[in-house]
Amino acid sequence: MSEKLLMKGNEAISEAAIQAGCRYFFGYPITPQNEIPAYMSKRMPKVNGLYLQAESEVSAINMVYGAAGAGARVMTSSSSPGISLKQEGISYIAGSELPCVIVNIVRGGPGLGGIQPAQSDYFQSVKGGGHGDYKLVVLVPSSVQEAVDMTIEAFDIADMYRMPVMILGDGLLGQMMEPVVFKSYEPRQILEKTWGTTGTEGKRKPNIINSLYIDPKDLEDKNIERFERYKYIEKNEVQVEVVDCEDVDIVLIAYGTMARVVKSAMKIAREQGYKVGVIRPLTVWPFPTEAICKVARTAKAFLTIEMSMGQMVEDVKLAVNGQKPVYFYGRTGGMVPTPNDIVEEIKKISGGEKL
Amino acid sequence: MNLSKAQEVIIAGFGGQGVMFAGKLIASAGMLDEKEVSWLPSYGPEMRGGTANCHVIVSDELVGSPIIVNPTTLIVLNRPSLDKFENTVLPGGILMVDTSLVDRKVSRTDIKVVEISATQLALDMGERKLGNMVILGKWIRETGLVSMETVQKALKKAVPAGKEKLIELNIKALEIGYNYN
Amino acid sequence: MTKAFERPKALADVQQHYCPGCTHGIIHRLVAEAMDCLDINGKTVGVAPVGCAVFAYNYFNCDMQQAAHGRAPAVATGVKRVHPDNIVFTYQGDGDLAAIGTAEMIHAAARGENITIIFVNNAIYGMTGGQMAPTTLAGQVTQTTPYGRNTQTQGYPISVCEILATIEGVAYLERVSVDNVKNIRGAKKAIEKAFRYQKEDKGFTLIEILSTCPTNWGLTPLESLDWLRDNMMPHYPLGIFKDKGEDKA
Repeated sequence: MSEKLLMKGNEAISEAAIQAGCRYFFGYPITPQNEIPAYMSKRMPKVNGLYLQAESEVSAINMVYGAAGAGARVMTSSSSPGISLKQEGISYIAGSELPCVIVNIVRGGPGLGGIQPAQSDYFQSVKGGGHGDYKLVVLVPSSVQEAVDMTIEAFDIADMYRMPVMILGDGLLGQMMEPVVFKSYEPRQILEKTWGTTGTEGKRKPNIINSLYIDPKDLEDKNIERFERYKYIEKNEVQVEVVDCEDVDIVLIAYGTMARVVKSAMKIAREQGYKVGVIRPLTVWPFPTEAICKVARTAKAFLTIEMSMGQMVEDVKLAVNGQKPVYFYGRTGGMVPTPNDIVEEIKKISGGEKL
Repeated sequence: MNLSKAQEVIIAGFGGQGVMFAGKLIASAGMLDEKEVSWLPSYGPEMRGGTANCHVIVSDELVGSPIIVNPTTLIVLNRPSLDKFENTVLPGGILMVDTSLVDRKVSRTDIKVVEISATQLALDMGERKLGNMVILGKWIRETGLVSMETVQKALKKAVPAGKEKLIELNIKALEIGYNYN
Repeated sequence: MTKAFERPKALADVQQHYCPGCTHGIIHRLVAEAMDCLDINGKTVGVAPVGCAVFAYNYFNCDMQQAAHGRAPAVATGVKRVHPDNIVFTYQGDGDLAAIGTAEMIHAAARGENITIIFVNNAIYGMTGGQMAPTTLAGQVTQTTPYGRNTQTQGYPISVCEILATIEGVAYLERVSVDNVKNIRGAKKAIEKAFRYQKEDKGFTLIEILSTCPTNWGLTPLESLDWLRDNMMPHYPLGIFKDKGEDKA
């Protein structure tokens, strides 16, 4: 299938999962991701797959845990309040070293919040979310095409490292339609899942999927071992786009759909004579610390733009490590900054003492 | 009209008037013409019988923000949409009004106003739900941004099998709008 | 010489951690014997709960998944849907199944999920030190009902089999006990039947097993068996609550 199609982000993510060989989907309705379960319920039966509407997000993620343990490629999706409910299960999945893909089409929060796009689940996604020492690989697409490519890759990453991978989008990405092409892709090399609960058939010792280590030493060893893997991922799986950051005064940093607005702002600012560049993380864990640190040697200041009260900005500050000032501009609750809003911030920072 | 700049169209009306579908047709026609496109709907509770709108961008370059702040064209199919969006139209832009459903005049003078009794014209052809296609036909004529032929091609792709009869009706409505003076 | 008694193949040869006099050991053995009888060890996947039976994943010679508190039926659903030909069971206590996991239990039943739940009801939270359970009897003293369960403020005990009996997707429900040899035999029959039904794709099966907790009841093992008979049985009567029936051969 290489035809160009006009697809909603949510539907494109669903189709991408199917193309990646995902045959099990467990979900629960919540706006603005409802097109994913709807698409899966229509499409899965046609590819001998399973769509199951659980009684809650809590159940859905535990079904994912069961199916992933049994060796399947499996996905669930939700939006912010629902992702909060899934955190218990995500922690168990991470602790039991199981692969799966979780889609969060973020809406404004906290609490019931709103249903408009937001990026206020950044901390929840990259700093743990659930209890315990663990990470998710978090991919942040900014277009429908990228959502497709990343969803396909997410399953490979999950299987390769035996860990949950999150596609972190927002209402804009999920709801908008853009042209997409389902390209053929080169799958990564993935080891056979010999650890699954598939039944011993009397031919091997029982496989046990478990996150309980009652002896503190065992638990520490397990966590240290997992973090060795995380270190490897931080070295090898960072994805980042650096746009025209040589010889600039201000570097704009944004991810996901926000990065599109920021790129528009960069264009306007450059037309007005401001020397600005853009850094766009495609993975927010692992975070592109090195790329940002490198640009910090030459740039004069950083401006992080988010649809939140300021979450990724903390990671940007850690990456810049005091070399240059890091400013923040954000809107929240479903408000989306316009390119002109951002240009105004650039002017404020450039004007006089700030720079 | 400057075609090198992105065309940013907002279509707004009541849920059920087909504003989403009209927007999708523009986007898919743009895609068929090898342009960069995006289509963004309003979503949530306001969709249930309230006002609905979609943002469509057709551009020669990659689309930045899919949210339109100042549309180059605004198409309104009801009074609340005119009240809400009139002031956002880019100076020099186009505002298209379905006069059969909007009971006031446009007050802006720095934009081109195109009036058409789209829903009435659709009623006249016996299909009251096709006001969206009538006004879209008129928009194609006014902007020339996409060709009638491409829109018809997009329409054929959008209509599911078994409902081919709808294609003919939609094309008829498009033509009524296109030829309206 | 014929061997009259041996460890079931499905029961792992390890020391279990249960308290003296606790009936979990008997129930583990019955589950394992049922697996042996049906020769399903190689295709069985068990799901361990949170609670006293949390280590159950070490005690059975089959693939096992450990589940979060109450979520075992959801986990079992995931496992079963991937490999529908496998036999999947959960092993859950009363707190796990009937308090925190009520939704998972009822909806697995409503889906007619083709899994078997081994539900061990001893009217108390054992692992955490004897707190009130959803199945704690009216008036029963526990760590968190020190004056006895007051139904006015602490509500009434939940009868799981009675609730599930109204649900269409349920194939077989039986409440059994392991307080004497006769009842232990009956319990084994029930577990075996549930597994057989699952093999035959009949739908959701649950065996509720009345069990003792000498440690947290504050009684000797023998007194506990009496307490079970005198107090639990009148409130939780033994018997079949639903049975879609055997396949006619």
